[in-house]
Amino acid sequence: MTAVIVTPDAIGPEDLAPESRARRLRFTFTDSAALMRRNITHIYRVPALIIFTAVQPVMFTLLFRYVFGGAIHTNVGAYVDYLIPGIVVQTACFASVTTAIGLSTELSAGVIDRFRSMPIARSAVLLGRLGSDSLRILATVIILMAVGYGVGFRITTGVGDTIAMIALSVGFGISICCVSAWIGLSLKDPESVQSFAFIWIFPITFASGVFVPVASMPGWLQDFARNNPVTLLAEAARNLTIGSPAGDSLWLSVVWIVGIAAVFGILAVRAYRKAV
Amino acid sequence: MSSQAGDSPAVLVEGLHKSFGAVQALRGVDLAVARGSVLGLLGPNGSGKTTTVRILTTLLSADSGRVEIEGVDVSRYPGAVRRMIGLAGQQVAVDETLTGRENIALAARLYHLSAQSGRQRCAELLEQLDLVEAADRPTKTYSGGMRRRLDLGASLVARPRVLFLDEPTTGLDPKGRNDVLDIIRSLVAQGMTLFLTTQYLEEADQLADEIAVIDHGQVIASGTPDQLKDLIGGDVLEFRVLDGARLGDGARAVASLGSAAPITDALKATVTVPVGASGPSTLIEAVRRLDSAGVGVVDLALHRPSLDNVFLSLTGHVAEDEEAATAGLGARGGPGGGGGAGRRGGGGGAGRRGGGGGAGRRGGGGGAGRRGLTEMASTVTTAEGG
Repeated sequence: MTAVIVTPDAIGPEDLAPESRARRLRFTFTDSAALMRRNITHIYRVPALIIFTAVQPVMFTLLFRYVFGGAIHTNVGAYVDYLIPGIVVQTACFASVTTAIGLSTELSAGVIDRFRSMPIARSAVLLGRLGSDSLRILATVIILMAVGYGVGFRITTGVGDTIAMIALSVGFGISICCVSAWIGLSLKDPESVQSFAFIWIFPITFASGVFVPVASMPGWLQDFARNNPVTLLAEAARNLTIGSPAGDSLWLSVVWIVGIAAVFGILAVRAYRKAV
Repeated sequence: MSSQAGDSPAVLVEGLHKSFGAVQALRGVDLAVARGSVLGLLGPNGSGKTTTVRILTTLLSADSGRVEIEGVDVSRYPGAVRRMIGLAGQQVAVDETLTGRENIALAARLYHLSAQSGRQRCAELLEQLDLVEAADRPTKTYSGGMRRRLDLGASLVARPRVLFLDEPTTGLDPKGRNDVLDIIRSLVAQGMTLFLTTQYLEEADQLADEIAVIDHGQVIASGTPDQLKDLIGGDVLEFRVLDGARLGDGARAVASLGSAAPITDALKATVTVPVGASGPSTLIEAVRRLDSAGVGVVDLALHRPSLDNVFLSLTGHVAEDEEAATAGLGARGGPGGGGGAGRRGGGGGAGRRGGGGGAGRRGGGGGAGRRGLTEMASTVTTAEGG
């Protein structure tokens, strides 16, 4: 600090000192909250955003329930009971695509530049985005469960388990949002982000136990599908709603969620700081 | 804000270098902006204007060189610098779904103003920017000029010590442009230190105390508008040819009158000749020669050089390179071309709205260049037989 030329009456050392830890923490929270509120205003004023996120999974639900479902055999009784918990998890994944598109659009429109020139917390743009995205994912999950009920899905466990299943699905969605945020901030160009953010989600959600039992796949694919976090999440979701055997899926799901969020959260914050 | 003593300028830039891969965007830029004054950084697309602004506002780190804002080193104390500056970038960064008031309020919250002073500042700014009536409408209903003004407002929320405006009028219609210029003028009158980039010469001439002309990542001339005009030395003779095809004949007819070769602008069909301090007799002689050459002209005048004349004489000799650099930016990145526009992912966004912005990205020289320097410089050819 001594080497810095300081204008005597205007800028003192207190202006140069980094904010105290407590103030930083408070600003991280208030900045994120302000940005989250802004994002929620978007959803609220353009409700089509939610509808479009929900349309696709509803189509999947109807397609698999009525078109393919009859040909698929599972060990849990009715196919609809197998399908819906898995599709809830898939929906949470797909909903994350909006995160990438939202961030890359803001990046290319100069909005992120503006934020980065302001004295706001480095993680606030991301946290604000994740906060509003989690609400959006929650809304989509609830819509989907209602549709599931309409096509014959019945929860046989208690309220607590159901809430745990929703929490797990939304949590997984948020961790995938971190991946999505990293993609959105790294690829920059909204058009390529739009296609890429979708492309990688297809294999992980379809080469999984969401729609068909893993045992029905060829051997080489089973290894991938069995260890795919989406499969684990789907198993955990089934356990929490229809009481099918959980195995290790519950705690493994939590480990995956925390791990993905931590790794890609850090990568995304880095991408934000370097964003050009 | 407390009164400023210190001798250090509000903005100090020394030996700034920045490369993007093989492209040298900045090649040793030196600048200084005195407190309470306006610096106009003037240059064509891809000259390095935006790269400079991005480094000064902490968005990009330099490869080498020193930058101080109010005496504070930007690379060492980016957080402190962010608390002192305001930035309105080349693209309008307003949130289209929010209302004007909500946009300013969000900025106030992010600059950590208290709820009460935020509300107060918000009302003040909306008044100052003449957006009171539109304040509670979503900004997607705003005109281009209104959005620019709102964007300016967001950068002013925290009463910055130094305000950076990167091409504040690019892509605006004349009315929007005038409105924005009026606001900038009132900020200048209040003593705001302003760092302004522009492709428009008359804008720099009107607003700036000092102008720095940047080309290929280097400051090629700087000084007050008058000092720059003196570079040409004396007066210029300028006229417009009635028949564009006879531009060359017109230039040849007056070539021997000039102290330097005539410069023709095919776009405007004008011929400009620096004639030193030769006085009105030159005018008479010019009329005589044009008449005997049978070239019909209008708007024949002897006047002090405009910044246009200065810019053309400074960069005219590299006009061809300039065009190639800008046009080739997307594909190969011409010399010094990696600067502002070409690098930014944002070209599309701004272009869609304003028809300006990051022209380099969209095949070079597109919207913004049409009325800007690039085009003018690139259509200039020095007449033969000088």
